[in-house]
Amino acid sequence: MELKTFPQGIHPSDSKELTQELPVNQMPVPKKVVIPLSQHIGAPATCVVQVGDFVKTGQLIGESSGFISANVHASISGKVVEIKDALTATGAMSKAVVIEGDGKDEWVDMKRYESFDDLTSEDLKKIIEEAGIVGLGGAAFPTNVKLSPPADKNIEYLIINSAECEPYLTCDYRVMIERTMDTIKGMKIFMKILGINKCLIGIENNKIGAYNTYRKMLENEPDIDVYMLQTKYPQGAEKSLIKALINKEVPSGGLPMDVGVVVQNVGTVLAAYEAVYKGKPLIERVMTVSGYGIRQPQNLLVRLGVSFEEIINYCGSFVETPGKIICGGPMMGFAQYDLSVPVVKGTSGLLVFPEDTVNTYEESPCIRCAKCVDACPQFLVPSELAKYGKKYLWDRAEENGVMDCVECGSCSYVCPAKINLVQYIKLAKNEINIRRRKK
Amino acid sequence: MENKKLLVTPAPHARTSETVTSVMMDVVVALIPAILASVYFFGIKALVVIVTCIVFSVASEYVCQRLMKRPITISDYSAVVTGILLAFCLPPTIPWYLAAVGAIFAIVIGKMVFGGLGYNLFNPALVGRAFLLASWPVYMTSWSGPEKFLEDKWMSLSDATTKASALSVFKETLMAVKKGAPIDSLKEVYNNFSLSDLFLGNVPGSLGETSVLFLLLGAFYLWFYKKHITWHIPVTYIGTVGLLAWLFGGPAFMQGNVLFHVTAGGLILGAFFMATDMVTSPITKKGRIIFGIGAGIIVFVIRIFGGYPEGVCYSILLMNAATPLIDRYTKPRRFGEVKA
Repeated sequence: MELKTFPQGIHPSDSKELTQELPVNQMPVPKKVVIPLSQHIGAPATCVVQVGDFVKTGQLIGESSGFISANVHASISGKVVEIKDALTATGAMSKAVVIEGDGKDEWVDMKRYESFDDLTSEDLKKIIEEAGIVGLGGAAFPTNVKLSPPADKNIEYLIINSAECEPYLTCDYRVMIERTMDTIKGMKIFMKILGINKCLIGIENNKIGAYNTYRKMLENEPDIDVYMLQTKYPQGAEKSLIKALINKEVPSGGLPMDVGVVVQNVGTVLAAYEAVYKGKPLIERVMTVSGYGIRQPQNLLVRLGVSFEEIINYCGSFVETPGKIICGGPMMGFAQYDLSVPVVKGTSGLLVFPEDTVNTYEESPCIRCAKCVDACPQFLVPSELAKYGKKYLWDRAEENGVMDCVECGSCSYVCPAKINLVQYIKLAKNEINIRRRKK
Repeated sequence: MENKKLLVTPAPHARTSETVTSVMMDVVVALIPAILASVYFFGIKALVVIVTCIVFSVASEYVCQRLMKRPITISDYSAVVTGILLAFCLPPTIPWYLAAVGAIFAIVIGKMVFGGLGYNLFNPALVGRAFLLASWPVYMTSWSGPEKFLEDKWMSLSDATTKASALSVFKETLMAVKKGAPIDSLKEVYNNFSLSDLFLGNVPGSLGETSVLFLLLGAFYLWFYKKHITWHIPVTYIGTVGLLAWLFGGPAFMQGNVLFHVTAGGLILGAFFMATDMVTSPITKKGRIIFGIGAGIIVFVIRIFGGYPEGVCYSILLMNAATPLIDRYTKPRRFGEVKA
């Protein structure tokens, strides 16, 4: 079979065998949650509850506060005990609502639809917006915004991102296997919103189970096609996935909609299904708890706001002294130092690595081996961009395309000199963004 | 759950096991077949030159780093690579102290004054060789060997069969032809050196440049197995020399002996192990093609029109100098970049 893929990229060991065949396990409702009001890209939600209020599961506690923002809901029923600044997984502080559960898990009334035939595109978008749905692949961009391309953009395809190219993570895979029909319904919701009838699913060939399931389920669905992709990182980067599936390049500085595409993660699709058919706001998600440092690696359905510490305890705690704990995947995830950090909408994984498997690296001078040049999916010259980042030469970095970097980390991965290339590049991007905003 | 020992580093948290040291070690491993071949064909003398070059390369790097108060990085094997490569372009009969001077010059002037590994503009081994050739031209062009394995001259440190290298015979004949000797004498040169001897390395010449077979063994290891080098420089470099030699290198147009020009001299060594030196060659594929073609033209011009019989060393050094410029003008097309 012909395997589609994008040029360049890397082949890290996928380490998915730890959890790939484990069905999603539902974690008990936590007794206490810390729900940050900023879990998404864009403006933080405005808090609409006060200390002392009683809230039900699914009740709005943070209201979307701008065009790019998202609603936040209570994930358990109970009493708001505190509104404070809390540490989040990225290291940033966010205002957060702390809810102490009453143990009843009492839900708000939910409006369910048996089918969405009578709903308009605007109705559906409203449901998704009210449910606080954001991209669950990691970036957490508000989904309703992504589903509202400007009128002058002609959208042709909906692409479902189920590449899950990060090593260790298997939550999307489990969703695909266990909730196949529901995700297909979700895709149809998105297609109706976008007013299109072409949907493409790309699945890497290390997830053949999911590919076969979709193949079978989609026999009578001519509008949705599933393709097998070569396992390669970063297949799940939007631009790389689009290149792999329809062989079009998103223009430099542009968005997928510029080539007529809207990309949605498969988990996000499921959240949309739950919002429309079950009336459920986004208050829980599937995540992968894995790594050789955790006793019972598993795929978990968790309520948002539960702390990493509680998850680790639920999974049988550490096997031995942990050396590194990562929120997300090993390629783009964030190393954690405080386990009181809560799970948010974009938390796809929690990985624990034992002390003796964790390495630190001394940077040595670049030997110009060009392995980063050959790995970069954006065809940049990472060694050069990193040099500019190191020396604060922002203009030079910008001229050489630093803003096109998707921060996948392939360059740092391959570097024999162990230079933190992507880190210097992110620094440059950040500085340039700050400067652009000032103008 | 207080844990003060959690490590926090930026993403990615997965890295390849490859390090600068492992890359350099791979190059050393790739050079081992040719080292063995050089000792087999040229005797113990060859081993003395190689060991001298390695020892003085590593020692001068150490001394430099001590004096410059920089971290000591001699364990990264890069100086070992320089030592071996320098030895490979010296004649077996060179006195050990000249080999030592070459190694010191290669490391100190070729590498350390630029800031050490990664910052040098020129291939250090070739800097050392160029210096020796300019300073002691007689020693540098007195070829010897091959000797008979384990016989007297093989075992001796000083005694050797002096002979002219294939390319110097070619050059002399070429000069003679220009002065009026019959053009067919060029063909005789081709006939005097059998291709199988040239391929195996059973000919007089510098230590490591003669055995095409054993050089290729190592080169393929780096190219296909370790993937440290790409085809771009070796193929275009050798291809250019071969093409020009075929067109203009013979007694008449399109009658040059391609295999003679490719296998005699240091082209294979240079193309696979020196021109592909990561630090001093272009980082882009387009750039490497330009580098290879440019070096190929220079080699041919020197061999046919220049004063030296061999031009590999200077061709690479000259293209090294052009590398920053090549890199600047061969930036890859960025993903999604619309060409104006």
